[in-house]
Amino acid sequence: MRDCVYFDNAATTKIKSAVLEAMMPYLTEEYGNPSSIYSLGARAHSAIDEARDQVARAIGAKGREVFFTGGGTEADNWAIKGVALGNRKKGNHIISTAIEHHAVLHTLDYLEKQGFEVTYLPVDEYGRISPEDVKNAIKDTTILITVMFANNEIGVIEPIGEIGAIAKEKGIAFHTDAVQALGHMPIDVNTLNIDLMSLSAHKIHGPKGVGALYVRQGLRMENFLHGGAQEQKRRSGTENVAGIVGFGKAIQLATADIAGHTGKIAAMRDRLIDEIYSRIPYCRLNGPRDGRVCNNVNFSFQYIEGEALLLMLNMKGVAASSGSACTSGSLDPSHVLLAIGLPHEIAHGSLRLSLSDYTTQEDIDYVLEVLPPIVARLRAMSPLYEEIERGVKYV
Amino acid sequence: MYSEKVLDHFENPRNVGEIADANAVGQVGNAKCGDIMKIYMQISDDEVIEDVKFKTFGCGAAIATSSMATEMVKGKSVDEALTLTNKAVMEALDGLPPVKVHCSVLAEEAVRAAIQDYYDRKGIQKKVIEKCSQCCGNCSCGE
Repeated sequence: MRDCVYFDNAATTKIKSAVLEAMMPYLTEEYGNPSSIYSLGARAHSAIDEARDQVARAIGAKGREVFFTGGGTEADNWAIKGVALGNRKKGNHIISTAIEHHAVLHTLDYLEKQGFEVTYLPVDEYGRISPEDVKNAIKDTTILITVMFANNEIGVIEPIGEIGAIAKEKGIAFHTDAVQALGHMPIDVNTLNIDLMSLSAHKIHGPKGVGALYVRQGLRMENFLHGGAQEQKRRSGTENVAGIVGFGKAIQLATADIAGHTGKIAAMRDRLIDEIYSRIPYCRLNGPRDGRVCNNVNFSFQYIEGEALLLMLNMKGVAASSGSACTSGSLDPSHVLLAIGLPHEIAHGSLRLSLSDYTTQEDIDYVLEVLPPIVARLRAMSPLYEEIERGVKYV
Repeated sequence: MYSEKVLDHFENPRNVGEIADANAVGQVGNAKCGDIMKIYMQISDDEVIEDVKFKTFGCGAAIATSSMATEMVKGKSVDEALTLTNKAVMEALDGLPPVKVHCSVLAEEAVRAAIQDYYDRKGIQKKVIEKCSQCCGNCSCGE
């Protein structure tokens, strides 16, 4: 049995050694406060500046449009609350989708309680939203459109460029959570007309606890953390210097050869999808076949439950994730799987396998070897499958 | 998250399967909530549970509690089996995480549902289970 075959890269990734090396000085000898005047502080400050340029270059932005945060969740919170509170006089309506990450959805919940109105656009069976729906949802009071770039569960890529063009034409701020897209496709905030974009380091082999919010120059929004005037007085708090330096290195590496990375990972993803289909009956791929992030595979296996599947995979050394209720901490399965129209019982039986640069063909072979007998074993235990075998149609 | 015992009963569940000529079969839970437990029993004329098997659709805790509950009632009289509580199942498994307590409730109910089926088949006028205890909190039983 293998020790740890890691297929949960949409949850987090292994830090690259070059990233850790870049960070180490700032965790040891270069401990200065970037706001201090002496050389030790100034060196930390220039390290942050360099990282800011690395992030800016990766997304086609200017350095002064990049603000480091404590991660993707903070970036989402700041973008949405900041624009909402800063444009209250203009209106109170926000457009979003049913499949956003909880960092967006729960922020919108909070704003609804504060008197904002939110339209959640539906998605089709593959999780795609329609730009036409976005256009039709716009009102005189609309102040923000927030649509994720790529979905964290089913990997669907949303039509960000088309939505950006609509937002620009109507003069409405457009935010996208690009945490799951970064490094897996070219992103240029100008050609896509993105006004705000959330990023996270630990999904691209960087450290946890650091991310960034891109904010288009001149965009009106409120600050989120008040204090010592760091980040152009817009995001206070002594900077996470080592984390920021690590993020800069990670984004540089992740965007150096996007085409090469995507080609390699997508080939492994496609083999995994084809082989699961051919080896396991009664399953379905969640999300589209084309137009999905290169590192995401998400299947539902009928008649079994996802947490049990994860536990058995773990016993074989495979780390993966599921959208079942039992893994979400609530009683309902994933809101994304329900939004694409899956019935609860099929949503409970989902498995997400997410790949990275460290995934090997041997890893793919291994999961393809251990997964079918596990699904078969759980089905043999399932009273739902018993009915299938007897020929009773289960709906 | 799970105790060693839960993981053991999940990895090596006892009494999995069906009993072809069972004279008591009970099923509780529903697919929408993500848990279904079905228990088969062979009950003798002097009301001893001679054999018991289960099939479960559900999470690790659902499978482990089914396994433990069947082990705890096997060879017992029907009356003894009716004294089985979800607490006893949980204790025997060295505890369950709070969100999984309803799995132990389902296991207790599955045992009762099977015994109810036995009574019903025999024409014995006893009621040992409610239709649904709403143990999962948002269940849609009967929908």
